[in-house]
Amino acid sequence: MEFSVDDKPVFAATGGRPFDPALPSIVFVHGAAMDHTVWALQTRYFAHHGRNVLAIDLPGHGRSAGPALADMAEMADWVIRTLDALGVETAKLVGHSMGSLVVLEAAARHPKRVTGLALLGTSVPMRVTDALLSAAEAGNHSAFDMVNLWGHSRDGQVGGNRAPGLWMTGGGLRLLERSGPGVMYAAMKACNDYTDGLDSAAKIQCPTLLVLGDRDAMTPPKVAKSLAEAIPGSETVVLKGCGHMMMAEQPDQVLDALIAHL
Amino acid sequence: MSGPQYIRTDTLALHAGQQPDPVHGARAVPIYQTTSYVFQDTDHAAALFNLERAGHLYSRISNPTTAVLEERIAALEGGVGAVCTASGQAALHLAIITLMDAGSHIVSSQSIYGGSHNLFMHTLPRFGIETSFVDPRDPQAFAKAIRPNTRVLFAETLGNPGLEVLDIPAVSQVGHDAGLPLMIDNTFATPYLCRPLDFGADLVHHSITKFMGGHGIAIGGVIVDGGKFDWQASGLFPTLTEPYAGYHGITYADEFGPQAFVMRARTEGLRDFGACISPTNAFHILQGVETLPVRMARHVENARKVVAYLDAHEAVEWVAYPELPGHPDHELAKKILPSGCGAIFSFELKGGREAGRRFIEGLRLFSHLANVGDAKSLVIHPGSTTHQQMDDEALAAAGVTEGLVRLSVGLEDPDDLLEDLGRALKASQRGR
Repeated sequence: MEFSVDDKPVFAATGGRPFDPALPSIVFVHGAAMDHTVWALQTRYFAHHGRNVLAIDLPGHGRSAGPALADMAEMADWVIRTLDALGVETAKLVGHSMGSLVVLEAAARHPKRVTGLALLGTSVPMRVTDALLSAAEAGNHSAFDMVNLWGHSRDGQVGGNRAPGLWMTGGGLRLLERSGPGVMYAAMKACNDYTDGLDSAAKIQCPTLLVLGDRDAMTPPKVAKSLAEAIPGSETVVLKGCGHMMMAEQPDQVLDALIAHL
Repeated sequence: MSGPQYIRTDTLALHAGQQPDPVHGARAVPIYQTTSYVFQDTDHAAALFNLERAGHLYSRISNPTTAVLEERIAALEGGVGAVCTASGQAALHLAIITLMDAGSHIVSSQSIYGGSHNLFMHTLPRFGIETSFVDPRDPQAFAKAIRPNTRVLFAETLGNPGLEVLDIPAVSQVGHDAGLPLMIDNTFATPYLCRPLDFGADLVHHSITKFMGGHGIAIGGVIVDGGKFDWQASGLFPTLTEPYAGYHGITYADEFGPQAFVMRARTEGLRDFGACISPTNAFHILQGVETLPVRMARHVENARKVVAYLDAHEAVEWVAYPELPGHPDHELAKKILPSGCGAIFSFELKGGREAGRRFIEGLRLFSHLANVGDAKSLVIHPGSTTHQQMDDEALAAAGVTEGLVRLSVGLEDPDDLLEDLGRALKASQRGR
């Protein structure tokens, strides 16, 4: 679905069903240099089970116009303006990786608009290595490779995809390669600079689920622990043998966790 | 790059796409000889049928054994996914019907497998799809043949039977300039010798009956999606960018992004036309893929010895092998096929058709049959077999002459192969 926010084109996938704000809404927010397609194996289920689904492309990502936004507060407010543009009063927000920080910040800044949170592959802080930041800033392809390799567990890199015939790291790399110039650096820097996440976490008022992979090399569960503790009443599901790109590595387990929570 | 590294080719050939069996711990890929899969409940069943969840529901569409083979080949080719089919021809057909409808047009190299030529020349026109054939050595010929209704450019990495080396970067650029993908038949080279996607191709097609399986025991095909082609930007592929009623209005490019093509191929073409590979054949071919790197290295090593022997033999008019300095694509081959030009090549015997007959009948180790890419050495006379449906003009365009003999060099001791060839060459020249 194409629409406008701040007079700029925005794309959101709706899970194969028409957009219907009369239904309970779930908004999915992707990670750095990715887009709505990372949610392909979650959004269709909810859209065909009575929910109004929006898997949005953040500015500069996927099919939404740029430039990429510089920090979590900007991205969080932009998500809420997206709801405004579509006439959605309240929604549950699901975010992965950088997207988890976006929806965390959105829930902290706009508590009346967010009725539930699911944070996937998350941690606060979300430090980015100097090597990755430098490569992203220079526009080197190695930045994509680092994210792709660190993003998948060793098992994920070998394969055995739940989706028959799809090569996980191949698909992951192509998705990153589709991002526009400078988008990965802007997104990675925004993650690295987000230092007040635990303060925002303490403000969360809605039911919150963390979904973590015990083989996640980018946001390891031990780093996410402080975030879980900071969010009042949060619950955590740890997926065994799963890396950071959990929606591809363990799509059913991720979906089941979301179904139970949302 | 510094830091972590992708799993390398030799390891991918053995491991990609498979986790050890979680129930019994089987290390080898099990043969899931089953048509269907028990649903967890009615909601799970409905979700599988509607692409809301991933998984297997019926072996015409997907199967766990086949899925390992598909992932493994996608990994070896550097793609985003693959669909295996009952044969190489089924894979080619699947790719075409995924890309286009009646009223469409293909620009193809004229030097392609005879079966592919038949499909393009005689069969697809009955369904409203026409093909223009061009010289694979002339990228501009592809450009000139493009029409408003063209939907794909097609060629082989190594042409059949002349071993024309395709300038993949140049031809893919011609396609991309026109908003069209380039599909490559990589059967002769295999991903061990060439990965067309790395040179700019968008789709790769194989008969995995040949070197991939490698032992002449199972028929199969595959189409690999490179995931780079921007279907939305092209605007010429409504099957991928517009809603499809077959899955409640799904738009594949919206839902699956870089994997749009392979998802549509499986969930429409494989589902509806049904040319699936059997799980047992997938298993057989997997055994071959596991040793592809070591076999291809030996195939090439043996082929080089045979080529050198024939090239120096007085009974041989010429040998067409791109590693020979006199081959028109000698320099290009160094770029596209740096590890070798495969083990299939043609040569012309002195004495024409009758010498060819005596040569083939004089061979003992080389088997006379209609296949290539076996562990065993093979020989065929294209003019009377694989290319017999083509008229004289098409034969000439494809470089098939009356005395042309094609060899597929196997893994035997090369000295035994040279002795066999020597006897047959001597026999071929009797009476001259």
